[in-house]
Amino acid sequence: MTADTNIDFTELSLALDAAILSISDAPDLLALDAFRVQFLGKKGALTDAMKGLGKLSPEDKRTQGAILHALRQKLEQALEQRKQALESAQLAERLAREAVDITLPGRGQAMGSLHPVTLTLRRIEDLLGQLGFSVAEGPEVEDDFHNFTALNIPESHPARAMHDTFYFDASTLLRTHTSPVQIRAMEQQQPPLRIIAPGRVYRCDSDATHSPMFHQIEGLWVDESVSFAHLKGVVQVFLQRFFERDDLQVRFRPSFFPFTEPSAEMDMSWNGGWLEIGGCGMVHPNVLAHVGIDSERYQGFAFGLGLERLTMLRYGINDLRLFFDNDLRFLEQFA
Amino acid sequence: MRFSEQWLREWVNPALSSEQLGAQLTMAGLELDALELAAPAFSGVVVARILEAVQHPDADKLRVCQVDDGSGQPVQVVCGAPNARAGLMAVFARVGAELPGNLSIKQAKLRGVESFGMLCGASELGLDGYNDGLLEMPADAPVGVDFRAFLKLDDHIFELGITPNRGDCLSILGLARETAAQNNLALGGPELVVIPPASTAQISVNVSAPSACPRYCVRVIEGLNAEAVTPLWLTENLRRSGLRPIHPIVDVANYVMLELGQPLHAFDLDRLHGGLDVRMAKAEESMVGLDGKTLKLDADMLVIADASGAVAMAGVIGGQDSGVESGTTRIVLESAYFAPNAIAGRARRLGLHTDAAHRFERGTDPELPRIAIERATELLCSLYGGAPGVVNEIVSAEHMPQHTPILLRRTRIERILGFPVADDDVTGILQRLGILLEPMEEGWYATPPSHRHDLNIEVDLIEELARLHGYDQLPARLPFADLTIAQRPENRLGLNQLKERMVSLGYREVISYSFVDAPLLEKLTPDQAPLILANPISSEMAAMRTTLWAGLISTLKYNLNRQQTRARLFETGLRFVPHNSGLKQEAMFAGLIFGEIRTEQWADKSRKVDFFDLKGDIEALLAHGGLGSQVQWQRIFQHPALHPGVSARLMLGGEELGWAGLLHPSLENVLDLPGQVFVFELHQELLLRRRVPRFQPVSRFPIIRRDLALLVPDSVSSAELLNCVTEGAPAFLRETEVFDVYRGQGVPDTFASIAIRLILQDNERTLSDADVDAFITAALTRLHTQFGITLRT
Repeated sequence: MTADTNIDFTELSLALDAAILSISDAPDLLALDAFRVQFLGKKGALTDAMKGLGKLSPEDKRTQGAILHALRQKLEQALEQRKQALESAQLAERLAREAVDITLPGRGQAMGSLHPVTLTLRRIEDLLGQLGFSVAEGPEVEDDFHNFTALNIPESHPARAMHDTFYFDASTLLRTHTSPVQIRAMEQQQPPLRIIAPGRVYRCDSDATHSPMFHQIEGLWVDESVSFAHLKGVVQVFLQRFFERDDLQVRFRPSFFPFTEPSAEMDMSWNGGWLEIGGCGMVHPNVLAHVGIDSERYQGFAFGLGLERLTMLRYGINDLRLFFDNDLRFLEQFA
Repeated sequence: MRFSEQWLREWVNPALSSEQLGAQLTMAGLELDALELAAPAFSGVVVARILEAVQHPDADKLRVCQVDDGSGQPVQVVCGAPNARAGLMAVFARVGAELPGNLSIKQAKLRGVESFGMLCGASELGLDGYNDGLLEMPADAPVGVDFRAFLKLDDHIFELGITPNRGDCLSILGLARETAAQNNLALGGPELVVIPPASTAQISVNVSAPSACPRYCVRVIEGLNAEAVTPLWLTENLRRSGLRPIHPIVDVANYVMLELGQPLHAFDLDRLHGGLDVRMAKAEESMVGLDGKTLKLDADMLVIADASGAVAMAGVIGGQDSGVESGTTRIVLESAYFAPNAIAGRARRLGLHTDAAHRFERGTDPELPRIAIERATELLCSLYGGAPGVVNEIVSAEHMPQHTPILLRRTRIERILGFPVADDDVTGILQRLGILLEPMEEGWYATPPSHRHDLNIEVDLIEELARLHGYDQLPARLPFADLTIAQRPENRLGLNQLKERMVSLGYREVISYSFVDAPLLEKLTPDQAPLILANPISSEMAAMRTTLWAGLISTLKYNLNRQQTRARLFETGLRFVPHNSGLKQEAMFAGLIFGEIRTEQWADKSRKVDFFDLKGDIEALLAHGGLGSQVQWQRIFQHPALHPGVSARLMLGGEELGWAGLLHPSLENVLDLPGQVFVFELHQELLLRRRVPRFQPVSRFPIIRRDLALLVPDSVSSAELLNCVTEGAPAFLRETEVFDVYRGQGVPDTFASIAIRLILQDNERTLSDADVDAFITAALTRLHTQFGITLRT
């Protein structure tokens, strides 16, 4: 064992200390790597020193090896610290660079909207559906029989004049109410039955408060013991739920419809007064007879509501004509 | 029905205010439409006599009057009314009077002559229903008495909406009966007396149509004073019912009609030719009505005829040539019961609406004609003098309304109303309404009074019970029913689901009129003759839409005119397609897109919508039902409203699902549209079909992807290309898809380079290169032989 085989730690540690100082200033990962190669590369100073260990005695090998290992750790620590610092600076720079103005609007197709009458109709279908009412539909070009005669409105009955009917010929017309759908439903199905018939109806009348086309929904419940009191109960709870006002009251007022007896106008409490909201009554025995239902065994009630009216009240719309102008600035409010 | 509150209170006078009475009538089913003052507020107006009326020295049309207003001193008034004359009892507004319209009467000088007040016509006092000129008071009117008090003007006018079933309430008597029943009061009113004949004068009458006229009463009255005028109190009651004075005799007839509900008619006896016949009109018969218009009568119209022909359309309108006129002294007064179904609708058919027809077609009281003719006789003779002859009354008992008792069962009352009504209440209520009751085991036999045409069956009586019990007192309760679970077929979509999808695709739902402008339809569906309304609101709303595009395009134009630049619209509803086998009312689902694909946005470059935007939206709809792959987009047929090269007919299972495409450029011009409009219209019936999912095993073997770039002639569609690849392909071909289409450098004209992706996967094994190559070679061979398609190299 000769002294010159011993490792020259002085020179090595001086070089290392100088390097570690420079490492903390290394501008980038490339520069860091150069330091790593200088000491730890295949021909690096530390690598060379490590290679020299093999020529030493076991004892020297242990002591000098331990020193070398400590030097190596010191170096690696310095390299790693600098690397992390550089990386986090790089990430911070990237994050800053990638930041966007998140207050700008998002991309993509804007939502459309449903017509407010559809919103009302869907609410009604949902609410009355809970009682087992199912939706029935029928033709809008109707015959005289279903629109009038079967509803106990014979030809030249004064009530026909109340309807302002659109005609195509003597016996073909645009339905003036959705009641013919009831007739068609009862023609096809024996009681018990519970239907609602929504749809377009037509009256030959046009001014600020009358549209030649509007929407009605008619409810019909035929069974063995549904009564006038039940009618009032259904209508009252329905309107309470529709307007989300549990204190809403319904008042019946005697009226006349040829197809119901007793008949009533429905008023509901609104802003301290009463507001007419629709017509209703117990299905007239003549109507049941027209569709072959035994009026001794079965009885039923029917009610009709104007969808535009309900929609106007619900959403505060003040002009009937808006519904059919289809102004986009109107429609977009009902998204 | 308009009437004076005071008049009603002469018959029955409940302890209710005007407003309370109105509310009570409303809750009785006689809806109060209006409650008005009988006269607007005014003061300082008195009855006065014109003592002297001399020509104004400086004005042709003015007179200088000396007026006795009861103050003791004659007052000088300048007046322009032509009927200002000495001796006239007039209405005088003193200096200081306040008249309607904020008019204060002051001392004035007219053309140099002092005037201290104003002689009034009806219009100055805000009274309708009087003739022009000064109001003329009766000769015995008390001078100096306040005019309001004299005419009892502190009154209200009620206007009620009477429903067609309550014809019995179209009179003071009827309303008084109802009010008496509501308040459990006795009915008052004038004593109805029988006026014995003062002569034997009569006219011969034959009723040839007794079923249409079961009761006919006439009476000749002679010696009426032709100079008589209608008394003011009567005119006032007519006025408050909205009628103008016409002729003293007619005014009495109208008064009795308003009072009792019985329309009356007066013929001038001297203008009749021979006796009267109540018969149906003859073919081609016509008559000139009181309004001067010639009425062409139909065979189902009842007339009163004399030897010369029809002199009145029974229950509707009198004839011009037989009516009373000035100078009439001898009349035939008619009071009849005409069957409602013999009158109903006839007036309307001739464009007439008369008070008589209004009452007869709703049903008058068949027992009333005799009573009413006596009442009218009494008034005519007491007001205008005259000698009544005998009443000639012809009744056909068999055609009179039959009063079969109606069975009213206790159990039925409760079943219908949902609550029991005590027997005492039943009998109390019904008897107050004049219904005769005979008790029986299950309830009662009820016989309604003759004036109630609307009470025919049990439920009619039950309604009366509810009405008098008070509709506002009805209980409300929810019904019971057997629970069940309704059918919800999984192979049908709900329309709402598709509407929601449209909303999420940015479409706005519109609802447009079902009737549109015929010329617009002619452009959109020239092959179809639309159904046309006989009585449209306007010519632009006369044709039933044969396509929903009409409303969508109109809506687009409406909004473009309001500075909108893009639109995504949809509508659902019926279209009306006339067909050899009859009208088809088809439920459709239609949409329209126009303008930029999105609203102007900072992020993306904008572009106009194109066919494939529309197609993508339709595919999104179809995806709901899992039908996308089953729908074929065909270009074999053309739609007259669509661009032949940018449109498709959609087929589903051999049926036409609908059409989609670009609106034809020529329509774009004709309709003045500022750009390309894309539309679609699909049948809901097909669109709402849904494929119920069916599980397919998932392969665990690897997927192989092969891309082919093909040179495809323009005549070959991508669908044909893909069909050719998939036709007869082995089961391991999973997907074929076009992923690029290129035209331009390197590709010959009339060709496109179409890149397709093939996804290959077998359920049983890992595919070998040989499997794949064999398939691709076969596919390329097919493409080449069928279409001349080659690989792009």
